[in-house]
Amino acid sequence: MKSNNKLNGFLGILFSLLWVFPVFWLVVSSFKNGTELFSYPMTLFPNNPSFDNYVVALFRFDFIRYTANTAFITIIATVITLIMSSMCGFALAKYKYIWLKVLFICLLATTMLPTEVIMRPSFTVIYKLGLYNSLWACIIPTVGTMTGVFLMRQFFTSIPNELLEAARIDGANEGRIFVSLMLPLCKSQLAILGIFSFRWRWNDFIWPLISLRSPDKYTLQIALRTLSGAEAVDWTTLLAASVLTMIPVLIVFILFNRQIMSTNVSSGVKG
Amino acid sequence: MNISVRKKNNLDTKQKWALFFCAPNILFFLIFFVIPATLGISYSFTNYNGLSRMDFVGLVNYVKLFKDLEFYKVLFNTIKFTLVSVPLGYFTALFLALLLNNEKIKGNSLMRILIYWPTLLSTIMVGLTWRWIFGENFGILNYILQSFDLEKIKWATDSNAAFITTIIAFVWANCGTNMLIFIGGLKQIPQSLHEAAKIDGATALQDFIHVTLPGLSAVSFMIVILSIITAFKSFAMVLTLTGGGPGSATTYMIQYIYQTGFDKMQVGYSSAASMVMFAILLIVSVIQT
Repeated sequence: MKSNNKLNGFLGILFSLLWVFPVFWLVVSSFKNGTELFSYPMTLFPNNPSFDNYVVALFRFDFIRYTANTAFITIIATVITLIMSSMCGFALAKYKYIWLKVLFICLLATTMLPTEVIMRPSFTVIYKLGLYNSLWACIIPTVGTMTGVFLMRQFFTSIPNELLEAARIDGANEGRIFVSLMLPLCKSQLAILGIFSFRWRWNDFIWPLISLRSPDKYTLQIALRTLSGAEAVDWTTLLAASVLTMIPVLIVFILFNRQIMSTNVSSGVKG
Repeated sequence: MNISVRKKNNLDTKQKWALFFCAPNILFFLIFFVIPATLGISYSFTNYNGLSRMDFVGLVNYVKLFKDLEFYKVLFNTIKFTLVSVPLGYFTALFLALLLNNEKIKGNSLMRILIYWPTLLSTIMVGLTWRWIFGENFGILNYILQSFDLEKIKWATDSNAAFITTIIAFVWANCGTNMLIFIGGLKQIPQSLHEAAKIDGATALQDFIHVTLPGLSAVSFMIVILSIITAFKSFAMVLTLTGGGPGSATTYMIQYIYQTGFDKMQVGYSSAASMVMFAILLIVSVIQT
């Protein structure tokens, strides 16, 4: 049994290293200069580590603007997602009307037809709404996420109805019950949804791809895609830029890894 | 009488509140799901090219689609990709879950974090990370092969090698989530079942086959369905990793839909392809329920 544990531990370390290596290699490579990057023999660590690539990525490549665009989309979309999901999730969990059941099934159906499949007609809708080439085109279509509603509905179902009835007898109206009684209860659930929404929007590719045209509106993902799609890929800039785009998600993960890892919502459903 | 009227009014205000709470979601559901879906279906019966007016052409797009060898190739690529990546991803995730579910191993939560971490990367980043490793002339993998006096592998120009790169990147990026779901499932299996099996003299393998696997069946099913959908949707990762090439060897459905719908402006034709893909996803989802 003991040697079995040793083998397990060894395999565990081997696989974790295997899983970490690709990103690790990306990060160490980003500190190598252009000649070292493509010269043999390769070394694991850079001979003369330098931040030159980062300086180029930050200033010559319009990194700060792309970050600002992405941050704007991420923050606004996350706030709206939290408000809408908690409202709709609450209604779906706590009121019993037939049309609510129908709505729930309709929302479930959206998971069967991902945006990727209907990109072209979605583009038409964006265009007709006058949202083309606007950052709002990456916000508005995404905030009605089924995953968010589902998550909040699951949570509100677990709250006893007696709590609501008591508040109703005290004369509170439904809006008040929701804002001052229900919302404070679901703080941790909102935090989890917020973390997920942050990651979905920060990493989003589809909506920015179909709705943003001019380079000053680009998000980080589109900028990375443009850099990597070039005829001659400028790896020095690309490596540094890609490491920079990972940092915010890394920070969120370090801060909240316990919540992220322990939630069953990490069931792979994308928002 | 009075009471029942009041009750009815009460009911109506409650219903109004419910409607108020759901209104934004209903609105966005109509605008960004119902309308595009309907438009997609109607486009597929027209010759719309994104610019001029569109004419109804009946089933012409579908007929064209089913005669198009390129479409068959892309569909075949996508199915091949799914059939290889889903089982491989499934068993890798299960293996890692069994490995890291053992609480006696020191640092197993750190190992879980390390394996989970890639799932947080954007699909673009996943593609880039692996492209940097699989570079034919600058990638570390070929460098390692060469230092063992082995032949370089043409990751970008050989279609089979390029296919393998997409599989590896996909499994690497999606394994963490599935592993966590499996660990959750393993914790649900009562310890007493394992003990009973042990008393009955079951070997570790028998215990795995007759206790662990049946205990994971619900979780397994969910993982398989979700992985199939994710695999079918692969787009940005492959786009950055191989660009769909060489030729169209690793072009999958979404990329094909994007190319025909946006680059070539064959909106009608592209929408017909979308509908075929929708039908496939629908069948997968129906099996799920």
